[in-house]
Amino acid sequence: MADARPGIGTRIVRWIDYRLPFMATMEHELYEYPTPRNLSYWWNFGSLAGIMLVIMIVTGIFLAMQYTPSALLAFDSVERIMRDVNYGWLVRYAHANGASMFFAIVYIHIFRGLYYGSYKAPRELLWMLGVIILVLMIATAFMGYVLPWGQMSYWAATVITSLFSAIPVVGQGIVTFLWGGFTVGDPTLHRFYALHYLLPFVILFVVLLHLIALHRFGSNNPLGIDLKGPQDSLPFHPYYTVKDFFGLSVFLLIYAFFVFYDPNLFTNADNYIPANPMQTPNHIVPEWYLLPYYAILRSITFSLIGIPAKLLGVISAFGSLFLLFIVPWLDTSPVRSSRFRPIYKWVFWLLVIDVLALGWVGANPPQGIVVTVGQIATAYYYIHFLILLPLLGKIERPRPLPTSIAAAVLSSKTKVTAPAVSMDKP
Amino acid sequence: MLTVGALGAVAISATVWPFVDTLNPARDTLAAATTEVDLAPVAVGQRLTVARRGKPVFIDHRTPAEITAAQNVDPSQLRDPEADSARVKKPEWLVIVGVCTHLGCIPLGQKTGDDRGTYGGWFCPCHGSVYDTSGRIRQGPAPLNLAVPPYEFTGITTIKIG
Amino acid sequence: MMPIFTARLLLAAAALIGLLLLAPMLSEAQETPPLPHQQWSFDGVFGTYDKAAMQRGFQVYKQICSACHPVKHLYFRDLQALGYTPDQVEAIAASDQCTDGPNDQGQMYQRPCRPSDPIPGPFPNDQAARAANGGALPPDLSMIVKAREGGPDYVYGILNGFKPAPAGFQVAPGKYYNEYFPGHQIAMPPPLSQGAVTFADGTQATVPQMAHDVATFLAWASEPMLDVRHRIGVRVFLFLIVGVGIFYAAKRKIWAPVH
Repeated sequence: MADARPGIGTRIVRWIDYRLPFMATMEHELYEYPTPRNLSYWWNFGSLAGIMLVIMIVTGIFLAMQYTPSALLAFDSVERIMRDVNYGWLVRYAHANGASMFFAIVYIHIFRGLYYGSYKAPRELLWMLGVIILVLMIATAFMGYVLPWGQMSYWAATVITSLFSAIPVVGQGIVTFLWGGFTVGDPTLHRFYALHYLLPFVILFVVLLHLIALHRFGSNNPLGIDLKGPQDSLPFHPYYTVKDFFGLSVFLLIYAFFVFYDPNLFTNADNYIPANPMQTPNHIVPEWYLLPYYAILRSITFSLIGIPAKLLGVISAFGSLFLLFIVPWLDTSPVRSSRFRPIYKWVFWLLVIDVLALGWVGANPPQGIVVTVGQIATAYYYIHFLILLPLLGKIERPRPLPTSIAAAVLSSKTKVTAPAVSMDKP
Repeated sequence: MLTVGALGAVAISATVWPFVDTLNPARDTLAAATTEVDLAPVAVGQRLTVARRGKPVFIDHRTPAEITAAQNVDPSQLRDPEADSARVKKPEWLVIVGVCTHLGCIPLGQKTGDDRGTYGGWFCPCHGSVYDTSGRIRQGPAPLNLAVPPYEFTGITTIKIG
Repeated sequence: MMPIFTARLLLAAAALIGLLLLAPMLSEAQETPPLPHQQWSFDGVFGTYDKAAMQRGFQVYKQICSACHPVKHLYFRDLQALGYTPDQVEAIAASDQCTDGPNDQGQMYQRPCRPSDPIPGPFPNDQAARAANGGALPPDLSMIVKAREGGPDYVYGILNGFKPAPAGFQVAPGKYYNEYFPGHQIAMPPPLSQGAVTFADGTQATVPQMAHDVATFLAWASEPMLDVRHRIGVRVFLFLIVGVGIFYAAKRKIWAPVH
């Protein structure tokens, strides 16, 4: 039966797999991996975020080969990338707009998790790893924004690092340590560059943990109920690979629009002026994805129980992320999906509007009504997580849950006699 | 066991410290800190900006009205109580570090036509801190007065900062 | 379920758009009028730089602006993008003097510029520029269109914005009233006047014409790769639209038995 002998390729794969089960693991986790059959397009954003991370790392590495991290040369080296390096403009615009796309995707991913209760048992660690990724992304993006060494780069770095001076006693010492000098300067730029290169790989590692935690119990789904049997799920391939590819191609269309036709929409004109330590721009604004935190930071204009306003602002801004971190224990409702939570469903959208309002506040000078709106929105953000979420679990009467995903999906269709899905591999 | 633990702790901190300390200001950053300034060309009412350690130092040749305004404030009413006399070596010359004590922006007020804020001193555009003609914080989020750098008069109209 | 969800999403989107529309009303407290929008050849998806306008704009820069403003990021070789031949670029370069050196004696020396040289600015450093301009620093023009809100409209607005100051407006000595400059007091005297240059192609050298041409030139100076970016973008878009169609069809086909 010499004919039945597998080909050389298969034999090599088997030889490797026997010693290092790489292909077998991939097949198990990417092909067979049972995925709820009712996932909506809101579940596309996880894999999109992963792809975006890869795009950022690849474009970033190629930019790093052309960029010079020195206060004297950084700005000019970026201009050289834009003007003289072959396709340098494409790689830089893809990287700069990629940051905005990455955050947009991740924010949608987070709000999807909040709406469908994806953080509830047994997925608490999965959620917390995600919040850690968000914090690392913020740090990475902030340091990346400093690298072009424009006016906004310089002054954003100054203002944000100066936040640490709010810490009593050791604050100023910490700031000098962060700067490596008495102002933001050459040593600061250099270390930010090193960290901006390092952190994405840390993110990659946490993403790996995020995936391991995800595959332990599988994806949550729009109904928020557990898989009851094989009729509730579909193999990941081809069903979700093709759906993810479709989502990716739509996303790339949007991404390409910004890269090719409005590449500077998300940046501030001031950042095309070289950094000038002797002059502050009239209106310092962070990138759009940091505006809500910035708004919370500025909204605290009063001191409380002996804590000065500046320190309190810093605590509140970091606290807004910490609340996300502990959300699995703030939400006391046993029901995951908002579809069966008649009150939370609306409270969720109030939170979305609240965060958008915070973004608007962060983009505008803190005068007049902006301050008031900022303080109300900040208070509401904290009320949402600290009062409404724990309270709703107690007072809300959830609607009855369907018995299984298959029952819910099939009851909305004409009766299908045979099981709609066979588990055969394609 | 305790000895091993103590030895280990010493070894770890002795190894980590050199790495941490590389991030502190280097010797070349700490050096080069004095600046000589000739004040003779600065007319009464004029303000001059000089750079020291990469930060602007504001020098204000104050008018008599500005000096009186600065002196006629009860320090105990201020957020960061300091008498004007404690902030100047000669009342007509105010020398301060032009970095807002809130989050490190450069306040406006050095150029003609700048917004100087309601107290005629300096106004920080970032978060709206207002300083008076002695560089003391009067309104807005900044916690402290604009710092006075170490300086001395080396002549009648020359100073050495640092 | 989905339609309700979408409806609420639309509600949130509407709230966001509302806020965005409200934002400029609140932030634009100072009374600078909005910049009038001009028609630019490089606007839109298929926009490209108008070479004739760029050449006229370069002439305006060379004869007027370059007395005070540098174009720090431009090299003579870049001027080929304006439609000049390599010989013409060489001639333009040779009409300027560049500093080179040190020579064998250790001295810096002047020589005619070559295409590979950066276009020299009017002043050796920023201090010299300030000293010659009453303390004001004429900004680098090779980044000006990207470094100002409004881009080419800002440049056009400033060049056409010189007006007599309104009654009661105090203009400081050495400053000029300009409608579109933040704070209205600009240190630059009105640079353009009717017929200040003579265009080789016979175009009337009116102030709006010169302003429009020089803004086109400066837009190119800020973003020289726009033409190629727009061209590649169209191809990428066509490719991606086909991709979206194929994947949508594949998705429909694969999911058909499940739905």
